[in-house]
Amino acid sequence: MNPLLAAAATQTSAANLYIPLIFVFILATFIGLDVIRNVSRLLHTPLMSLTNAISAVVIVGAILVAGPEVNDEHPLWITILGLVAICAASVNIVSGFLITNRMLKMFKTREPEKKP
Amino acid sequence: MTPEARDLLVQILYLVASVLFIFSLKWMNSPQSARRGVMAGVWAMALGVGGTLANPAVAVSSLPWIALAVMVGGLIGFPLSKVPLTAVPQRTALSHAFGGLAAGLVGTAKYYLWLHEGGAMLTGFRVFAISAEVILGFLTFTGSLMAAGKLQEILPGRPITYRGQLVVNFLTLGGAIACAVALIINPQLSFLFPILVVLSLAFGVMLIIPIGGADMPTVIALLNSYAGLSAVAMGFVLDNRLLIIAGALDGSSGLILSIIMCKAMNRSFSNVLFGAFGSVQESGVEGEGKAVKSATPAEAAELMEQADTVVIVPGYGMAVAQAQHRVRELYDQLTKRGITVKFAIHPVAGRMPGHMNVLLAEADIPYDDLIEMEEINSDMSQVDVVLVLGANDVVNPAAKNNPKSPIHGMPIIEADRARTVLAVKRSMKPGFAGIDNELYTMDKTLMVFGDAKAVVGDMAKALAGDSGGH
Repeated sequence: MNPLLAAAATQTSAANLYIPLIFVFILATFIGLDVIRNVSRLLHTPLMSLTNAISAVVIVGAILVAGPEVNDEHPLWITILGLVAICAASVNIVSGFLITNRMLKMFKTREPEKKP
Repeated sequence: MTPEARDLLVQILYLVASVLFIFSLKWMNSPQSARRGVMAGVWAMALGVGGTLANPAVAVSSLPWIALAVMVGGLIGFPLSKVPLTAVPQRTALSHAFGGLAAGLVGTAKYYLWLHEGGAMLTGFRVFAISAEVILGFLTFTGSLMAAGKLQEILPGRPITYRGQLVVNFLTLGGAIACAVALIINPQLSFLFPILVVLSLAFGVMLIIPIGGADMPTVIALLNSYAGLSAVAMGFVLDNRLLIIAGALDGSSGLILSIIMCKAMNRSFSNVLFGAFGSVQESGVEGEGKAVKSATPAEAAELMEQADTVVIVPGYGMAVAQAQHRVRELYDQLTKRGITVKFAIHPVAGRMPGHMNVLLAEADIPYDDLIEMEEINSDMSQVDVVLVLGANDVVNPAAKNNPKSPIHGMPIIEADRARTVLAVKRSMKPGFAGIDNELYTMDKTLMVFGDAKAVVGDMAKALAGDSGGH
């Protein structure tokens, strides 16, 4: 094939691969901005610890790095980097969700006190 | 199951997880639904992790090691969820550090893995995404460690500045970006990658050291945003939509919070990040020894007892003194007498967004009595007594009246419009911004000197003893 055509072909496939991801990113950002704008100011501290836990979704990438079998193609030290990343992300998952829940339990209205 | 079917299953799980993450944040819009939001987040994470483990690329032989890493992380994370609420800002900063570290490590591993495979996978776009992930991840890692250190007071909280700091910082970041550009052009220049990592780590430290304690709410929110964006970059590297969506949600959350913080201080991002450079505080010593009236806690309690409405303005001083439970006692004593007690919450009071709300909620104060600044200001002239508790700059009338003041234009809680002001302070030392506060020298102001916890405790005791005597 003509090298120029070949180059054009890889360009298209790159566009097919990355452009949809950029669409996803843009749309998710708009949803995020809209959703967060409606979060009660009372809850900004729990919101931060919740997003902390959610950003630990990087554990998905860490598992994909640590997951493949160790062999010549996939050196051990790559797996170790992945395992350290899994460990760091797990810290956030566990502490983020638990402390958010702990803080939210403290937010009470006045009603339950008035009734008795 | 065929690999195709497994792939489909993984994608469906990711799709459900993405929707749950969105609901998780959506349900944070009110305290009633917020705990449901946490459950949605937990499920989303479980589905995301479960889906990833179902990926054909993950070998069964690796599973025990993955489980071990998760357990070690859990063991570290569990005590981190039990910290006292006054330490929540440093815990949050510390976990941003873990998030940044994880993202940076995955980016590094991916680069070397693809390089090892011959480099065919290292397209310009992927190297761009890897560089973004590594720069953001590692600068979040060290920057958040610095922020946590400052908040925990392991490191000095005041800004650390030196001549030419701005130039050095820009050269560091510029160097990291130059490495990234060179790698995008030629991914085989692998000697540049460690330099990129080191420069990113160094930049994180340098970015945070010139930032003072009172600007931490903005900085923490900004680092939150970076941690999210590094997850997005990882999503581009790994062609993973779940990472992109969850990361974008975090990124936008951090962005909105930092914008709110900046607006509440009437400052721009660049001013928060670079404001300490060269701007030596020229707070002229204009205190000229104006007379200050002071009162004992018992006298202050008596004043509050005669009021119909009392507004308490908490600040970082309340958090430092751990005075929130004493505040609750005072609140109980006053409400028992039919006095309306409200709390005026300034968006930047404390060391992270929403810090005061959580502390007061911990002390069992109903959240309906925590009022936002804009709302309470409109009623301020009807208020009999304002009790300023460890807050300073957020009630300084100079922000409105004195165009020369460094905080001019910052929205404040207009305590000066109330009939009487009681201000609890350790001494007449000015607050973080080093600015005199004319609120303290007003005719209607009485200073109550002492530690916030002790003073409020004495006030509550005076009221309790009083009601016993009747």
